[in-house]
Amino acid sequence: MIGFVQNVRLWFAPEEVRQEGTTPDYRFSLANERTFLAWLRTALALIGGGFAVDQFLPHLGRSWRIGLALALLGAGVLCSLRAVNHWMRCERAMRRGEDLPVSRFPALLSVVIAVVAVAMVVVVVAGWEG
Amino acid sequence: MTQPDRDPGLQPERTRLAWRRTTLSATVAAILAAKTALHGGASAAGLVACAACCVLWLGFLLVAHRRIRDLAVPGRPTALAPRWATGAVLCTVAIALCAAALVV
Repeated sequence: MIGFVQNVRLWFAPEEVRQEGTTPDYRFSLANERTFLAWLRTALALIGGGFAVDQFLPHLGRSWRIGLALALLGAGVLCSLRAVNHWMRCERAMRRGEDLPVSRFPALLSVVIAVVAVAMVVVVVAGWEG
Repeated sequence: MTQPDRDPGLQPERTRLAWRRTTLSATVAAILAAKTALHGGASAAGLVACAACCVLWLGFLLVAHRRIRDLAVPGRPTALAPRWATGAVLCTVAIALCAAALVV
């Protein structure tokens, strides 16, 4: 968490990033950028999913609908913040010639999406019976 | 026949297309936001949220457009500046916050 706060400062200070290490091959930087964009698209898809739950499941109970939508939106926020944080960490690791950082975020996101999916199945089945 | 300036892996082109895909995703999210905001009649709060989402979408478009323009120059493109990456992420987060305000 402390590392995250230190990284937040670097998001806005590109000059400080350039001061350490050597500039990697530009193709590696571009690959890192594409990974960042892929995570950002995942975040936007989660946010779109939040809107979709709110809009296209009108017969759902209000608390369920708001809960699911907020869970998806929260996942989208986390995903986008993590995207820029991980991009910055990878960029710095490449400049210093270190191993790329490992992350448990993909596993975490998978579990959250699985839980939301199971919740949706329960809601739909309960809706049919009720 | 060979073009020495051109990267055989087409990395800048791929990155440019990745920005285009991401802009498309942002457009879908913004359209869903507008639909939610204007659902069931246009209230004042709904119009404000709709306008905010449009502004945020334009902000995202601006970041993407600048980056696509930088990537289009011949030769070696510069790396993405953290400021612009942060800008794109902040637009995304703000859209999510607008969404949360609209949903609740």
